[in-house]
Formats: sequence, C-alpha cells, structure tokens
Amino acid sequence: VWVCRCHCRVLLSRTAGRLRARRGLATGPETHFGFQTVTEEERREKIYRVFESVAKKYDVMNDSMTLGIHRVWKDILMHKMNPSPGTLLLDVAGGTGDIAFRFINYVCSVRERQLQRKLKHHQNLSWQEIFESYQKDKFNSLGDSQVVVCDINREMLKVGKQKAQHLGYCEGLSWVLGNAEELPFDNDKFDVYTIAFGIRNVTRIDLALQEAYRVLKPGGRFLCLEFSHVSNPLLSRLYDLYSFQVIPVLGEVIAGDWKSYQYLVESIRRFPPQEELKAMIEDAGFFKVDYENLNFGVVAIHSGFKL
Amino acid sequence: EEEGEEEEEWHQLYPGHIPTSPLQKALLAAGSAVMALYDPYRHDMVAVLGETTGCLALPNLRDKMKNHPEGYHILQERPRIRLSTLDMARLQGLPDGSLGREYVRFLEDNKVSPDTRMPPKFVDDEELAYVIQRYREVHDLMHTLLGMPANMLGEVVVKWFEAVQTGLPMCVLGAAFGPVRLSTRKLQVLATELVPWAIRSGLNASCVLNVYYEQRWEQPVESLREELGIFPPP
Repeated sequence: VWVCRCHCRVLLSRTAGRLRARRGLATGPETHFGFQTVTEEERREKIYRVFESVAKKYDVMNDSMTLGIHRVWKDILMHKMNPSPGTLLLDVAGGTGDIAFRFINYVCSVRERQLQRKLKHHQNLSWQEIFESYQKDKFNSLGDSQVVVCDINREMLKVGKQKAQHLGYCEGLSWVLGNAEELPFDNDKFDVYTIAFGIRNVTRIDLALQEAYRVLKPGGRFLCLEFSHVSNPLLSRLYDLYSFQVIPVLGEVIAGDWKSYQYLVESIRRFPPQEELKAMIEDAGFFKVDYENLNFGVVAIHSGFKL
Repeated sequence: EEEGEEEEEWHQLYPGHIPTSPLQKALLAAGSAVMALYDPYRHDMVAVLGETTGCLALPNLRDKMKNHPEGYHILQERPRIRLSTLDMARLQGLPDGSLGREYVRFLEDNKVSPDTRMPPKFVDDEELAYVIQRYREVHDLMHTLLGMPANMLGEVVVKWFEAVQTGLPMCVLGAAFGPVRLSTRKLQVLATELVPWAIRSGLNASCVLNVYYEQRWEQPVESLREELGIFPPP
C-alpha cells in the first residue's frame, strides 16, 4: 500500500503542478523536489532549508541511516582517487568535511611513507645533511597537497569548520561558500574534483558537470559518489521498504525532522540511474567515463577525465 | 480547482499532519520512547509517543467529551490556549486565588509559555488531533489545579494524575519512568504522599477535558477543585 501511495504522490503532484500554472502561481521551469513538482527557484530554496535544518545532526544521521557504512563508501572513494602528495582537490558540496579530512589523512600517510623511504636511502650523507633535509620535510607533512571544500550552505560549512578545529585539521584546508552550478574558481585549476552525496541536490546537474569540467586541469579527474539504483528486484524491494519506512522515522526520532529525511529518500528515487548519469558526464566533455557499483547499486562511484 | 488543492495536500487531514503506515507508527513509538528516556529534554519525543500510542485512549477521551455538555461545547468551538488568544493583562488583574490569576502566576514563576506545545503530526483523525492538542494546552492548567511546579517532581505528579484521568499510554510511561531521575529523598515524598494523592484525585475527579477553562478565569481555584473532585494538595 505504501508503495502505491508513493507513486500516487508523484502523479498527484504533477497534476498539482499544472493546476498551479493555470492559477498563475509562481511559474518558471519546473523540476522536482522529492516527489513534489516545484519551480527551480523553489527547489533551490527548499533544499537550502533542508540542509540548514539537518546540518547539526548530519553526521549522526548518516551513521544511523547507513549503520556506519557511509564511512566505508567514502574510504573506497579515497582509495580510488589514490591522491599523491601535491594534489589540489576541490570537494564540492563538501559540507561537513568528510572527504576533505580523508584526503588529508591519505596524503599525509603517503607522504610519511615517502619520507621514510627517503631516509632509508640517505645512507651515505652526513648527519648534518640528513638533519637539514628532515627539517625541511617535517614541516611539509602534506607535501603541498591542498583541498578546497566548497558548499552552498552556510550551516553545513559552519559544522565542517567546527569539526576541523575539533579534530585538529588546519593545514592545506580551505572553506569556500559557492554554488556547484556556478563555481567561484578560475578555469583549469584543480587536479581532482569530487562531489559526494551532493550532486543529487543540485538543481541543474548539467551545469554542475560543465563547471566541474571547466575548473579541472587537463588530465584532471572527476569523481562522483552518489546514491544510485538497485537493479536486483528483491534487494530493491527491501531497500525501498527500509528507505520509506525506517529512514523518515530515524529522522524524526534523532533529528526531530521527518520531512527532510522524507525528501532524502524521495530524491534518491528521482535521481538518474547509473547509465544515465554516465551519459550526462560524457555530455559535459569527460572521457573514459565509468562507474562502480557499491552494495549492489545502493551507491555508485562515477569517474571521468578531462583530457 | 478545489480538487487540485486537495490533491496537493494528499491525505493530509490537517496542517502539519504526516500520514504514517502502521509499521512507521510502531517504529516511531519505540524510537520516541527510547529517545525520551535517553534525553528528557526532547519534549517532541514525548509528544510523538503520545500520538503514536494514543489510538485507544484518544477516541475514549473524545467520546467522554462528546457526552458531556461542556465537553461537547469545546469540541464544537475548538478553543485554543495561546498567548495570542489570552488576555494576559486581564488575567493578571484578577483576584488572587482565581483560576486566571493563579494560572498566570504559574506561567511566570516557572517561566513557561502555552505556545511551546507541539502541534500533532501523527494522529490520523482530525478531531482526535484536536483532542490531543487540547490535552497538551490544558496541561499547564493541570499544574495550576494541582498546585504542582514545573520541575521534575511536579511533572511526574501531574503525569500520574493525567495517566489516571486520560489513560494515555504516554502518561502512564511518563509516570512510571519519570521518577528514574529523581533523588531518593524526592522519591520518598513522591511515593508516600504525592502519588497516592494524585491517583485518588484522578480517580475521583470528573474528566478534566470537559471544563471550558476559558470561561472560568474568575472562578476561584479551590471552588473549581471541589467542583471537579480534586482533593486539596498535601
């Protein structure tokens, strides 16, 4: 019954959309907000308010909804990226900093291994020379790597900055308020562009992809981690059951916010499936576009290169 | 065009209503119970617990109201107790010992406001949603009638009274688990004096939701207590 209800909502909201237009209410290009039909401007506003509302409980909710598995997904993304020290990363919709912090940890540990190997080879240098080279490298634990966290929502950035302070991240990290559809950066600037669980909330995905292409250096890599579609019918039904029955309840109990989490599960269903997203990324000019399903398609990592 | 409006609301029976499946209600009831115990400042969880478990008690209350002339009146007119509807100045000017004066005194002393009551979300009947709203808004008047402050101890006593009066599972749970966070000395007072009195009064008194409080601000609290059948507080 509840599955029917969800589909009914889609049908009814489409009719409502047309009726709104007839009544001369706020018109403009129409799009979706979960299962509702709204104008693009309304959608941007509604999404802003959703994230304003969930910001403080964002991390707690992620852990509860995915039973901590989201951490593994993000780790896998970082391993796929395999950044070397000196990489300049742009993390869009990076909000509370999960990807940024992982990036810093990763390049730090790669850098440490680099330094250790270097030291091992310094067998025939004088103590003075070893000491000097060690001093130089010691203060460059990131190896000149940098990550810029860009998010459209002030509250999410606020939470991110507080987390960074709390966890002790300061070097190589900067926070920028910006819109994925219109990035405040020059062309050909970044080595890697990531967007983790953010592209779903962008109103014009095509514009975001174009911007991603623009700000990447030639040879740069685009990586997108996002909820996707489960094709296995049995798993899909279980996933739907969990999404629609449990997640809004978790939202109400933990964050006191049913509606934002209802939006979350609906927006996942509305998002283009793997192949469609792949085509959109190719349309933006990326090459070697590919995707990897995690957990049977609950989540997918799409990757592309600017050549 | 009206059809369009209804369709847009989709099963929404009143503003703020969130339709839920039986499974969701069960999960909400369990989750809100745990959360309310874990974090007593989550008043919204207590509210959700009340709504999701009240499916038997609420119709019962509504029927009690329907069968009583004053209660019926309330169901028809649907009065709301809010700062915007109350004439605070007038109530403050009433003589000491009157319902209005003592109610305002309670609000001021305990620094509470009637506007902080949660509106119902998960009740799937519009009239029952009003009943639970009325119960919430009348809660502060219960404090006034029982002479209990808005601290943990006072709240527990009022919950015992409400549990007996309304039969709402949320009140029963609150009454049973509320004392968990009290000191032994307070627990003693609670067990020996306050709770027995609250239970006796609750059983003896007629339904407190059947009183049109807004028309009785001038009535002395003691007289209202007698009328209802609430024994004098210890």
